Amino acid sequence: MDFYAIQEKNKRRTVILILIFAGLLAFLGYILDFYILYNRFPYMTILAIFIGSFQAILGYTVGDKMVLQSVGARKPNPNNLTEKQFINIVEELSIAAGIPTPKIYVMDDNSPNAFATGRDPNHASVCATTGLLKLMNREELQGVVAHELTHIRERDILTMTMVAALAGAIGILAAISRNLMRFGGVRRRRSRNSESGNIVIIIFTIYILFAILAPIIARILALAVSRSREYAADAGSAELTRNPLALASALRKIALSPPLRRVNHGVAHLFISEPYKKKIAEKDSLWANLWATHPPIQKRIALLEQMAHKYT
Amino acid sequence: MWIFAVIIGGLLYVIYLYNSVIRLKVKVKNAWSQIDIQLKRRHDLIPNLVNTVKGYAKHEKELFEAIAKYRSMSEKAQNIKEIGESEGMLTQAMKKLIALAENYPELKANENFLHLQEELVSTENKIAFARQFYNDMVMKYNTRIQTFPANIIANIFGFKESEFLLFPGERSNINVEF
Repeated sequence: MDFYAIQEKNKRRTVILILIFAGLLAFLGYILDFYILYNRFPYMTILAIFIGSFQAILGYTVGDKMVLQSVGARKPNPNNLTEKQFINIVEELSIAAGIPTPKIYVMDDNSPNAFATGRDPNHASVCATTGLLKLMNREELQGVVAHELTHIRERDILTMTMVAALAGAIGILAAISRNLMRFGGVRRRRSRNSESGNIVIIIFTIYILFAILAPIIARILALAVSRSREYAADAGSAELTRNPLALASALRKIALSPPLRRVNHGVAHLFISEPYKKKIAEKDSLWANLWATHPPIQKRIALLEQMAHKYT
Repeated sequence: MWIFAVIIGGLLYVIYLYNSVIRLKVKVKNAWSQIDIQLKRRHDLIPNLVNTVKGYAKHEKELFEAIAKYRSMSEKAQNIKEIGESEGMLTQAMKKLIALAENYPELKANENFLHLQEELVSTENKIAFARQFYNDMVMKYNTRIQTFPANIIANIFGFKESEFLLFPGERSNINVEF
């Protein structure tokens, strides 16, 4: 029962976040139209909505393929024992979770990590780094795979892909408006002669702040989704394997490993553990907190250890 | 007029109840076919695995004999209860076989054995998960056809309770964990 309550709460939160995204997009277009370009017709608002919808459709239809390609994922080799074991574990836990076996991928990287992508249990993929397959024992790998299959079963993968796509749309629009700023600046100088000059300057300042802050706000919102879902997927993993300590031990190993080599910011939140690690840790702590894609790994481990009492 | 409405409404309700029972019955059947697939895989793996291990562990004759015995017992099994008994014993024997490798270092160095061992471990896990899923479905189906109002439909159409797949040493009333 608890389980479904969490699922419902997450769904509601996702809808709210997508509405906030839509509002941000429309607001960005609106400011461009009426305060920078002085359009009589809301061209930019329409463009913003168009880019947003296009990105959302793209995310829904081919988002998984784009993600898999961007990290350089390949099919596993069944003649390699560790990769065969990975295939087997995904098949086993799909039976336990009652979902069709997702498409299985491997990416060549020594840093242990994994992610799931797709839109629903019938269109899903799961991918692990070769480092994960080498470093984990069978139980630990089961814990990690069960975590990813929970993301698939609860359709977190769709939310994550959509949120990433919409955050991307805001990024595109912010870039366009930054390029248009010079144009807007010309308008501002022209209007200085009029009495409304001060108001224009104030609005212009707000706009600059917004154009810079919008992509950051979008990212923080995207990360908030992924952070809450990570706890849910950890709990789901424990439920499937009845072995939360194995996942805790896997997370501990992941925490001690170097970062991934080849991951762009658009897909970072998909991974089971934040893929940059030390790069972030080197930065200012407040900044690092704002940009953290995942809950603190020590907290996740502590929660899993609490769960262990339930299953023993 | 309203009599017709009541009759049609009643009929629709009966159809709905009937379909809901059938849906669960299909789920039980599908869950069983998954178990069937995995048990066949286990039986196919055994000869290869035993032959590989035999070369290294000649003293484990009793274990090999037990495995052969339960395997043929299971293939002759007539009903779910008998399958449960023989496969349950086989599960115990397979656990011993997997653990055996710990005592034979040469075995652990054999690439072929490692592949077979991984396949066996995976098949054993699949059997366990498929059994868990099947028993959950049987529980749902049995509860449905025993409780009002679906029990009336079940009596009319002669739906019978499905059997749990139990391994020896298990009690017959399984608690669904959640």
